[in-house]
Amino acid sequence: MNNSLRALRAERGWSQQDLAERLEVSRQSVNAIETGRYDPSLPLAFKIAELFDLAIEQVFISPSREA
Amino acid sequence: MSVSSARVRYNKRVLLFCLGYVVTLIGGVSYFRNHPGAHGVTAYAAAVAPALLVIGVFFAVGRYLVEEQDEYVRMLMVRQTLIATAFALSLATLWGFLNAFDLAPHIDSYYIVVVWFAGLGIGQCVNTLLAGRSA
Repeated sequence: MNNSLRALRAERGWSQQDLAERLEVSRQSVNAIETGRYDPSLPLAFKIAELFDLAIEQVFISPSREA
Repeated sequence: MSVSSARVRYNKRVLLFCLGYVVTLIGGVSYFRNHPGAHGVTAYAAAVAPALLVIGVFFAVGRYLVEEQDEYVRMLMVRQTLIATAFALSLATLWGFLNAFDLAPHIDSYYIVVVWFAGLGIGQCVNTLLAGRSA
């Protein structure tokens, strides 16, 4: 699933490790989510969205709405 | 890369079970060498002890899957163990039929564990390949 995690992280100047520590997951998890290799569970998706103070659909792009 | 506390516990458990396996296997072999044709409770205990320690490794894998909080890392381990299980069961099935038709020699069934551990290695390779493909 495509997402804007990399851009959101870059806006804040966070490394993948910084984001991983804030989410209490591994850096490889952040990398897998950023590259669309892994779709997070709903609780983790909420956690990510809340960390950036955004709604889930502002972070993750619904596959049915992708061009 | 930081290692989760669940992974540390898993590594410790696997190490302990492996050490226990080596000790009980040496003890068992030594017992049956000194007591050829032995039967009874001690003999059964000596024969079963190494198997229980190997089963302990499966228990350690199960506990790790329960304790690991990082869902992506947990998914990797699930995939790795599924690949190992599929590999071991497939090879056992193939070998079983080959043996049934006298096309392959008989092999003691506990060797399937060795194949399963080899399958874990294959699973790790698959995880690494898939991670590198779109990184």
